[in-house]
Amino acid sequence: MSTATTSTEETSRRDFLYISTGAVAAVGAVSVVWPLISQMSPDASTLALASTEVDLTSIPVGQIVTVKWRGKPVFIRRRTPEEIKAAQDVDVSSLRDPQADSTRVQKPEWLIVVGICTHLGCIPLGKQGDYDGWFCPCHGSVYDTSGRIRKGPAPRNLDVPPYAFLTDTKVKIG
Amino acid sequence: MHGLSTFEPKNGVVKWLEARLPILSFGYDSFVAYPTPKNLNYWWTFGAILSFMLIAQIVTGVVLTMHYTPEATMAFSSVEKIMRDVNWGWLMRYAHANGASMFFLAVYIHMFRGLYYGSYKNPREVLWILGVIIFLLMMATGFMGYVLPWGQMSFWGATVITNLFSAIPLVGDQVTVWLWGGYSVDNPTLNRFFALHYLLPFAIAAVVGLHVWALHVTGQNNPDGVDVQDIKKDCVPFTPHATMKDGLGVTVFLLLYCWFIFFTPNYLGDADNYIPANPMKTPPHIVPEWYFLPFYAILRSIPDKLMGVIAMFGAIAVLAFLPWLDTSKVRSAKYRPLYKKLFWGFVLVGIGLGYCGAMPAAEPYVTASRILSVLYFGFFAVLPILPKFERTLPVPATIAEAVLAKSESVKTAAAK
Repeated sequence: MSTATTSTEETSRRDFLYISTGAVAAVGAVSVVWPLISQMSPDASTLALASTEVDLTSIPVGQIVTVKWRGKPVFIRRRTPEEIKAAQDVDVSSLRDPQADSTRVQKPEWLIVVGICTHLGCIPLGKQGDYDGWFCPCHGSVYDTSGRIRKGPAPRNLDVPPYAFLTDTKVKIG
Repeated sequence: MHGLSTFEPKNGVVKWLEARLPILSFGYDSFVAYPTPKNLNYWWTFGAILSFMLIAQIVTGVVLTMHYTPEATMAFSSVEKIMRDVNWGWLMRYAHANGASMFFLAVYIHMFRGLYYGSYKNPREVLWILGVIIFLLMMATGFMGYVLPWGQMSFWGATVITNLFSAIPLVGDQVTVWLWGGYSVDNPTLNRFFALHYLLPFAIAAVVGLHVWALHVTGQNNPDGVDVQDIKKDCVPFTPHATMKDGLGVTVFLLLYCWFIFFTPNYLGDADNYIPANPMKTPPHIVPEWYFLPFYAILRSIPDKLMGVIAMFGAIAVLAFLPWLDTSKVRSAKYRPLYKKLFWGFVLVGIGLGYCGAMPAAEPYVTASRILSVLYFGFFAVLPILPKFERTLPVPATIAEAVLAKSESVKTAAAK
């Protein structure tokens, strides 16, 4: 009887040592692996990329200008009244990624979106496709004049980057 | 299958080494005395052809790294420098670039061989799965290698393929940024692809080692798909029989390889890749290298991003389950009339998908690739129920019998 008690006690002490040793080893392993994984994330110089300021005076109505922000193209589109109307007249509930045009622009005349197809990252071509918005040549996604996905494989609307109008003719992206 | 080991060293130095590291007897038993089925045909030389291609790619690749610069502003011009200035640089690069295509050509033939003769079946399941892993590693290596010249197709191919990971629910975007090391494909991406492109071939070599090990445990399958019963009657030693046959196979394959290198080195490439990468302009028509086209067609055939990515990876993953999907006890398609038809249908579907993948994302190719994708997966779906409908032909009892029957029929035909 006493032998059994002793062995149970011994076992539980052993178990504690095993588990605590294992736990320390696991923490050690994770703390070594983490730097190895984290080193692949964007480095400080990439994160520090400045925001982009754009002068809008040179953009006529109906034109799309592409500027570079964080290594990515951003489309600035000065929409015509017809394009604005087309974007606003859509039944929002019929869209794949339902968003009203008013939530995607600060000023209806200026549509500012990241120029990267939300499917697999190609740059869509402006004023093409069934809705005269954008057409992605890679896999056939079609966007409307609000940059919303209407047809094809892309799951989301073109992203709207953070931006602010500094003056009526100057916008800061980022 | 080790039954014919006759390695008995006479030389004192060899004896001394044998007692300490029996590498010579291992090599002798594996590549000289190793028994190979008598009835192997030339489709069985593709193992040797693939080994040759792996070595050729590593040798030319290591040489190219001595001149290549993995930096976004210099990569393209360093490749041009290899082409124009480096002694024999054009040969090294063309051999390496076309070598990738030849490697994939050989691996597809090797896989279809396994598919036709039921080489994946019990007891060779692990051997087959190791092959699927090698295929996946080859695809990763080939893709990353194509990015290194930093031309337009390199850049946009890298963008499209890395964006596949953004389809992962919840963490997709973070994973993609992590893979890139930035907010788009850029210098950090090029650097890490270069490091991995150098590393992975050695990982492939390691898995090839396991593949050959597994092969030598179970022994080779053969065109009649019957097990070896009597090594003396059913088999011949690897050397000289298989060595010579493999030698001829490699030589003929080299003719094709050299024809590409010397006569039409850019035929399998894309002209757009001679334009330096421009992150602000997507080429109007992005196509991957030919060996990815069938899977690319499956990706594009599904109008939903996540499902498309799942279908594409599923098309490769399903291969690993083949040993359990095919429930027929008969291995070789020679004795399976229905499976034989199905097999050739599957080959045509693969070629059709490849063709659709090369075409623009428009009709009629979209509908065609949808139908072909369904047929691709349909092949795997039909396999489990096929034995219920299939009346297999009588299988020869032994390899020796199959070989004798063949020579008998040849004699009869000659007599007539």
